[in-house]
Amino acid sequence: MAVTEKELQEILEQYPSKVQKNRKKHILIKDAEQMPQVIEANTRTIPGIITNRGCAYAGCKGVVLGPLKDMVHITHGPIGCAYYTWATRRNKAKSEEPAQNFINYSFSTDMQESDIVFGGEKKLAKVIDEVVDIFHPKAITISATCPVGLIGDDLGAVSRAAEARHGIPVLAFSCEGYKGVSQSAGHHIANNILMDRVIGASDLEEAAGKYPINILGEYNIGGDSWEIERILKEIGYTIISVMTGDGSYEELRNAHVAELNLVQCHRSINYIAEMLETKYGTPWLKVNFIGVNGTAESLRNMAVYFSDPALIEKTEAVISRELARIEPLMEQYKKICEGKTAFCFVGGSRGHHYQGLFAELGIETVLAGYEFAHRDDYEGRQVIPTIKPDADTKNIPDLHVSADERRFRLKLSPEKMEELKQKIPLSYYAGMNIEMKDGSIIADDLNHFETEEFIKILKPDIFASGIKDKYVVQKMGIPAKQLHSYDYSGPYAGFTGAVNFARDVSMGFASPTWNYIVPPWQDEPLLTGTVNEEGVG
Amino acid sequence: MLDCTPKERKERSSGGIINPAKTCQPIGAMYAALGIHSCLPHSHGSQGCCSFHRMHLSRHFREPAMASTSSFTEGASVFGGGANLKTAIKNVFSIYNPEVMAIHTTCLTETIGDDIPSIIKSAEIPEGKLVIHANTPSYQGSHITGFSNMTKGMVSYLAEAALTVKKEQVNIIPGFVNPGDMREIKRIVKAMGITFIMFPDTSGVLDSPLTGKFSMYPNGGATVDQIKDSGNSKLTLAFGRFAASDAAELLAKKCQVPATVLKTPIGIKATDAMLMALRRAFSQEIPAELEEERGQLVDIMTDTHFHFHGKQVAIFGDPDIVTGLTEFVLSLGMKPVHILTGTPGGAIGSGMGSFEEDITDMVSTAGIKANVKAGGDLFTFHQWIKNEPVDLIIGNTYGKYIARAEDIPLVRVGFPVLDRSVHSYLPIVGYRGAMRLLESISGALLDRADRDAADEDFELVM
Repeated sequence: MAVTEKELQEILEQYPSKVQKNRKKHILIKDAEQMPQVIEANTRTIPGIITNRGCAYAGCKGVVLGPLKDMVHITHGPIGCAYYTWATRRNKAKSEEPAQNFINYSFSTDMQESDIVFGGEKKLAKVIDEVVDIFHPKAITISATCPVGLIGDDLGAVSRAAEARHGIPVLAFSCEGYKGVSQSAGHHIANNILMDRVIGASDLEEAAGKYPINILGEYNIGGDSWEIERILKEIGYTIISVMTGDGSYEELRNAHVAELNLVQCHRSINYIAEMLETKYGTPWLKVNFIGVNGTAESLRNMAVYFSDPALIEKTEAVISRELARIEPLMEQYKKICEGKTAFCFVGGSRGHHYQGLFAELGIETVLAGYEFAHRDDYEGRQVIPTIKPDADTKNIPDLHVSADERRFRLKLSPEKMEELKQKIPLSYYAGMNIEMKDGSIIADDLNHFETEEFIKILKPDIFASGIKDKYVVQKMGIPAKQLHSYDYSGPYAGFTGAVNFARDVSMGFASPTWNYIVPPWQDEPLLTGTVNEEGVG
Repeated sequence: MLDCTPKERKERSSGGIINPAKTCQPIGAMYAALGIHSCLPHSHGSQGCCSFHRMHLSRHFREPAMASTSSFTEGASVFGGGANLKTAIKNVFSIYNPEVMAIHTTCLTETIGDDIPSIIKSAEIPEGKLVIHANTPSYQGSHITGFSNMTKGMVSYLAEAALTVKKEQVNIIPGFVNPGDMREIKRIVKAMGITFIMFPDTSGVLDSPLTGKFSMYPNGGATVDQIKDSGNSKLTLAFGRFAASDAAELLAKKCQVPATVLKTPIGIKATDAMLMALRRAFSQEIPAELEEERGQLVDIMTDTHFHFHGKQVAIFGDPDIVTGLTEFVLSLGMKPVHILTGTPGGAIGSGMGSFEEDITDMVSTAGIKANVKAGGDLFTFHQWIKNEPVDLIIGNTYGKYIARAEDIPLVRVGFPVLDRSVHSYLPIVGYRGAMRLLESISGALLDRADRDAADEDFELVM
């Protein structure tokens, strides 16, 4: 099942001409012979199109900062922004110090009209003082919202003064919602400040265990990170920090001592991965802990990186033991899933990662895409030099780091590095497109109209996306699986996660409720009995 | 759970909020706009707001919540969003074809001062289609204010007094309640034999059936013609001073339809008041069916009074709902000792009265000394409970953290309820709604009694 160029054209022709011209560049029909196929991504959203996208504040505070459990995250703005990022993303966290775990809290300056008129700096300063007085946090973040930039509140000045008053870091993030074109700008803004102010801020010079690693771009949704850590610790890795699921300010400060950085979500954290390599000489490895094969391959690639026979052996032992445990469980679910098709439209990384897991269950992904990924997430990092910043994104600052004179250390010889790059995705991500089947649809910033149109043509058996389209699609009688919140289930990462996912997807298919959509009276005439020639019964 | 919240209360004068008991205006406006048939709400601001608001409505109702946005970029934020809005209007009508677009604003567009009416005037609007708007600055009031402002927008754009003699019909402005409540209010007015117009009306929109076909504009919602005709009605009943009174008063001013502002009809007293107002205005006797329901409710209240009499209860949520709940629990002999709303009293669009005065009057008449606060937050509410524990909390889903931290049963009422289902289909208003509330309250208390009882005290009959 695929969409033809003609069918795609028919969909696009329903748009006003300007929209048509724009959207055409954001949709590809995968064709290996045409590679490299260029997609347009990370450009402004068309007003009125009914996008799934959010804003820079969501990308900064909601995604990257929010999971850091021992910092108080203050939203400087009217109440909504703090309210909607309060416990809605399922970045789980537990703490040895419960009195320093702020994950269930929401802090806002609750700007009022007078703050808009006269400025909100004084109120922000008072809120910081109050928070320090009541909670004694180790560090504070301040996230800006739309009106803050417009009225000219100087968050930098307020936070510097607060740092001087209280002797703790107070980090200011200029992540106003209108910056950039999506959540993506917020990731970048968060990465810059965390790199500049937190990462490497401790005095630790050496890791306390073997094979020290950081896990980057893993937010512990539904406990994902805990499942990944379970496997890694068993193999013998020492996890220095996770950015930022169940993460903490203290851990993040030590991130410089790792020997390798794993990158799960490339989009949200590749900035820090790059900067860690520049500043400390630590390479990064693109991993994918979603799916049995993805997990096993990532573990093997890590073992190749460290090239230690004992580690390789232990890796294989853990993989075979885990496979033996989960394969029978997966088998029963494969019987339900085999031969089905899926849409996979998620934020900036899962649109790719879940395709492998779907395939393991016998489900073919016929459409995939991202809300806010960039061309490198679709086409691979080799296209980065060809990406031109446009007017909407070039005002997102780049942080330029250089090698740390004291701490920079090549973890591998340049020769070894080159050799490994041939074998494993070291400091490289090949993107989603290359793995997609010919004829499948790749759609960037998919909107409501296109969702309906593609469903009509492709009739997928399952729609994997978010809360805003879940119920739209279920009304059509198609199971919808949330791949942001996991429909309040999880973990979906790692070996145990694959089984959980298989179970949940199978439940979606096997639920008897789908059989009741058509009422019996619609299938049976009102009057039954024989009718004679004259029409008189 | 919530281990960082100390028992000791310190004066907090910054005006900051810790764990809000309100959210911002636009979501209320979006909800109200979904109560117009074939209407697409439009959020004029950057797109994060629109996504957040749609997500939150979808989580509460487990339903699609459609809306479009102007998707501001930094350029538009500095130079004005006129071009974005005009593009959006053009795209919405040509791609999604609603009958009406209902535009609301955000803190962004209010701060830069976009002049919506003049942008609408210069936009391309197809023949026969309508664009209405409401200003909904997030830095004033709360989501309830936003609901009120959009309902006012409906009146100012649509309502017309076309007749010299008013029709024998009543306008009902139900306030920020669930579709199940709107259905129940309509059922009661129908049972009274009175013709009515309800707006906004989200029944049929945010509780639509699963049929195998997605309909962007489901069957429900007040039609534009109905809202126009509201100017010809004999009376407007507005339920809830904060969410509904402003629109009713505007309708009185604009179309000379007298307004009666009542409490949200939660519990026996407020439902009685609703029926009496209808009876008086339309000289219609209360039908036996409703009198029977009332009697059943009194029967249940009497049969079970020992389940809840004298129990201390803490209530939080939206002001109109909390007011109704407070009156109801008082009628059951319960003791509401902590009562809080996040919505500030006296904000523009939030009605004229004072939440704190109203509630304090009610509880002190019953001889109870309570903590009462408008514009408060759940951090304060939790500290109150730590200092003076209660037997029950009534509020929205966010109360579950406090309920767990303090090991107190929670009855989920209001907006939002994100962790339970079915609630939006079934009413809490009217006599039937009161029965449902009673079942929830006594169920929660008795489940707790069962859980805590020693084996030898475990009762079969309660």
